Amino acid sequence: MLLAAVTKPTIDWAGVSPLIALLGGSIVVLLAGLLRGRFIREQIVPFLTIVAFATTIGLGIWQWDDAKDLFVAKGSQGALRSDDLTLMITFIVSVTGIGAVLLSWRALAPREAAHGEYFALMLTSAAGMVILAAAQNLVSVFLGLELLSVPLYVLCATEMRRERSLESGLKYLIIGSVGSATFLYGLAFIYGGTGATDFRGISQAISSDVAKDSLLLTGIGLTLVGLAFKASVAPFHQWTPDVYEGAPTPVTAWMAVATKAAAFGGALRIFDVALIDAHRDWAPALATLAAITIIVGNVGALSQSSLKRLLAWSSVAQAGYLLAGVVVASRVGVQATVFYLAVYLFMNLAAFAVIAARERETPYGDDIRAVNGLGTSRPLLAWPMTLAMLSLAGMPATAGFIGKFTLIDAAADGGYTWLGVVIVIGSMISLGYYLKVVAAMWMRPSAAADVATRDASGAPRLAGADPITDRADWEVTLVAVLCGAAILVFGVIPSPLLNLADSAGKALGLL
Amino acid sequence: MSLPLSIPLWLPAAAAFLGLFLPGVASRALAILGALGTFAWTLWAIADFERGAKGLQDATDQMWIKPLGIHYKLGLDGLNLYLIALAAFIFLVCLIWAAMKEWEHGGQLFFFFGLAESAVLGALMAQDLALFVLFFDLMLLPFLFLAGIYGPEGTRVAAITKLFIYTLVGSLLMLAAAIATGVLVSQQTGNDLSFAFSDLQASPLGKGSQEWIFLCFAAAFWVKMPAFPVHGWMPDGYKNMPLPVLAVFSAVLSKVAAYGFLRVVLPIFPDAAVHFQDLMLVLALGSILYGSAMAFTTTDARLILGYSSIAQLGFITLGIFSLTGDGSQGAILQSINHGLVVAPAFVIVAYLAERAHGSEDIRDMGGIAFRAPVLATLFLIVVLANLAMPGSSNFVGEFLILFGVFHSKLVIASIAFVGVGMAAVYSLRFLIRTMHNRVGPEVESREISFREGLVLVPLVTVILFLAVYPQFAIHKAEPGIARAVAPAALIAHEENVVSDAAVHPKPASVR
Repeated sequence: MLLAAVTKPTIDWAGVSPLIALLGGSIVVLLAGLLRGRFIREQIVPFLTIVAFATTIGLGIWQWDDAKDLFVAKGSQGALRSDDLTLMITFIVSVTGIGAVLLSWRALAPREAAHGEYFALMLTSAAGMVILAAAQNLVSVFLGLELLSVPLYVLCATEMRRERSLESGLKYLIIGSVGSATFLYGLAFIYGGTGATDFRGISQAISSDVAKDSLLLTGIGLTLVGLAFKASVAPFHQWTPDVYEGAPTPVTAWMAVATKAAAFGGALRIFDVALIDAHRDWAPALATLAAITIIVGNVGALSQSSLKRLLAWSSVAQAGYLLAGVVVASRVGVQATVFYLAVYLFMNLAAFAVIAARERETPYGDDIRAVNGLGTSRPLLAWPMTLAMLSLAGMPATAGFIGKFTLIDAAADGGYTWLGVVIVIGSMISLGYYLKVVAAMWMRPSAAADVATRDASGAPRLAGADPITDRADWEVTLVAVLCGAAILVFGVIPSPLLNLADSAGKALGLL
Repeated sequence: MSLPLSIPLWLPAAAAFLGLFLPGVASRALAILGALGTFAWTLWAIADFERGAKGLQDATDQMWIKPLGIHYKLGLDGLNLYLIALAAFIFLVCLIWAAMKEWEHGGQLFFFFGLAESAVLGALMAQDLALFVLFFDLMLLPFLFLAGIYGPEGTRVAAITKLFIYTLVGSLLMLAAAIATGVLVSQQTGNDLSFAFSDLQASPLGKGSQEWIFLCFAAAFWVKMPAFPVHGWMPDGYKNMPLPVLAVFSAVLSKVAAYGFLRVVLPIFPDAAVHFQDLMLVLALGSILYGSAMAFTTTDARLILGYSSIAQLGFITLGIFSLTGDGSQGAILQSINHGLVVAPAFVIVAYLAERAHGSEDIRDMGGIAFRAPVLATLFLIVVLANLAMPGSSNFVGEFLILFGVFHSKLVIASIAFVGVGMAAVYSLRFLIRTMHNRVGPEVESREISFREGLVLVPLVTVILFLAVYPQFAIHKAEPGIARAVAPAALIAHEENVVSDAAVHPKPASVR
């Protein structure tokens, strides 16, 4: 009886294809990792992972400009939606994935965790991210969130013999679970308040005023908290510095960029689609949160001497900037958020690539001393890092400048000029630490001399790699250089990327 | 036939960039050739410039970032014509000067020099507010590296960070204000977002908006000038730059700030300019008195010039905010004069330091004129120009400024005259302590060499030329400058008429 009531959904295989590529890829990679040959495990498996990500991008391009609901059962809206916003997030996640695979290629983490598992987990979490960004149903939102989180908990702990890595994984697991639980609780309240799980139903319920206000508002608040945990929005950001620092650097790079993109993709869907009619209720709260996040993140970063912690705090601040685009709930706002996410990818990947390279070359781990004198000793690493820092700080001629410009533009356009001013104030504070890194690279003597004077036990102070067995190879430099070039190119010719972001903004169709 | 402005604009940066890939001597030659090409173009542009023609000449207008409404719009008019020529000239001379010395990592130095020149020219040529802000911020970036890499060991990082944070705080405020201007104007007119000066000028904002936006712009320009009381970065910054870099910085960058007032603030925010006129005049007066007093008390040759620049920039601000055509013409003329005086002054400081075993303290010098009459004569010309001796072009500039202020604010003009007197005191003290008196303890008196003359003589020649024929530096600019001040002047005039009428009611018979 019950089974008969469940109707089989219509599945648009073309629309689901990018997701299938990721999930299928993860199975293939997992199986390939079981093969015995060392060459297969260490070379073929990462290569297959890159192929999976590249295939996802290819299928995404094929689906571009073709908006449709996926998994549509009779009378429902469909669990997922494939449109330009979903695809933009998919692209960002996949490009980050390719970068992270290159950073992991000869790193310690996959060797300790077994290559097949490591890369399969990466692909699985990527699939979770895509689902989160595509979800238009409370259930699929939660599914996406969990599918992205659980593999990440494991990935953080993949350097099993390093205490900090295990600690990082455990910390992330516990705090992440709290976040997930809160999020789920919030979703339940939203369902309770509106009687619908799909976004269109929720939106209709709110607009036709059947929503039970207190239930709905509680739900919105708890959902916001849950997403804030994932996107490291203050005051739910405390895990970020510890987890970023403890996790293996390639994992940190992956987590920092891709998770943020997915979380903001999800936030855009929930707030700017499902809850759009309650905009006046949540927008001031979100704006306040954004302002707090910007200040907390930037002030927190000022005193850091570990580059990974510094970037963690900076990512908190950047989350605050990004929220501005969500707050205004306009097409310009979505465009600004998506554009900044894309730019954020290049800035952070470049920075993490350089950190990964220096971890393997110097005994300082991710301490800022590791990049001392990089300008003269390794210009190919110093330039991307310089561009990344200047771009994160919002200097002109870099993509970060245009990104900030679009965000402030969106804030001013949506009547939140004060938030634009807060973004500016945050950028001012951020100069204090971004310039510190630039100064270390160009204005301090090289650390090359120190490498020889490694301490007598031969055990270097580390944050994730062993300089004796690891070598910073061409692929890490390649990631840094390509991302640096992208920062410059999109700083001078931003229109193509802005147009892509604009069609993502159009996809929400709300405005 | 006229050359597209993009060519002279980007030529220095392009030449210097190519130089990065060439061996030492070739890279220098290429960088100089680039600057020379641009300078030659400016001479031709002055000759070609049509006096009194309305609108821009040699304009380039292309859509650059369509979604953000940013135009790549460049153009020449009376306001920027001579300042562009000044910048090209000073950059060329200082580049030649720098090329005569040996530098570690010299290729980079010339690259940053070229980039700086293009950025400064861009800020001067830009006819779009967003483009202006972009170039305005960008021109600081090369100086971060020039000072940070080539400055003295030890203190440079802290000093440069301070300089950078000071100036960028202003610039970022300006960024927010610029975006707000564009957004508010577009909301007011209902047109698409546009930052072109002509569009912004066509529909002035309401008074309230104008006022806070004015303050943001003013903050950026004050810091860059530097003006009292936001000059805190100046002593550290000046002490930590290599002299050829400092000469450019002092001679050119501060003028862009003064130019910003005339280009952006007066035409686009005329109501606010009138509203804050008194405040600006008082601050300008503060700069004059404070700068002069400090220049008289310090013994560090660089700081004497630094503080005297604060005073001179005070005069320039005074001229601008007299809100009269005469005052603004004086301000532009004085901008050119100050650039032409301060650059050779720094050259002389370098020559003096070489003769005093590296000391730049004027107490260590003295008596150089005895064996070096040619150097002393050249110095005398520079000093007399600096103190605005009648017969020098500076005299004409100061005269115009004070004439303008006399018209609007008698009291302020009277106090400003004290500054004129003080300029004579500190300038002559500088000359006498270094050139005359008894021979200093560390001094090795030596006549100027041919190579040294190669740098100094062209600069002094131009001073002499302008002393004889000051009209050259202002003639073609007059109509353009008058147009820039016109909106604010009109409002100020109306307000004066109204307030006069209130205080002195017209006799009944006249009615």
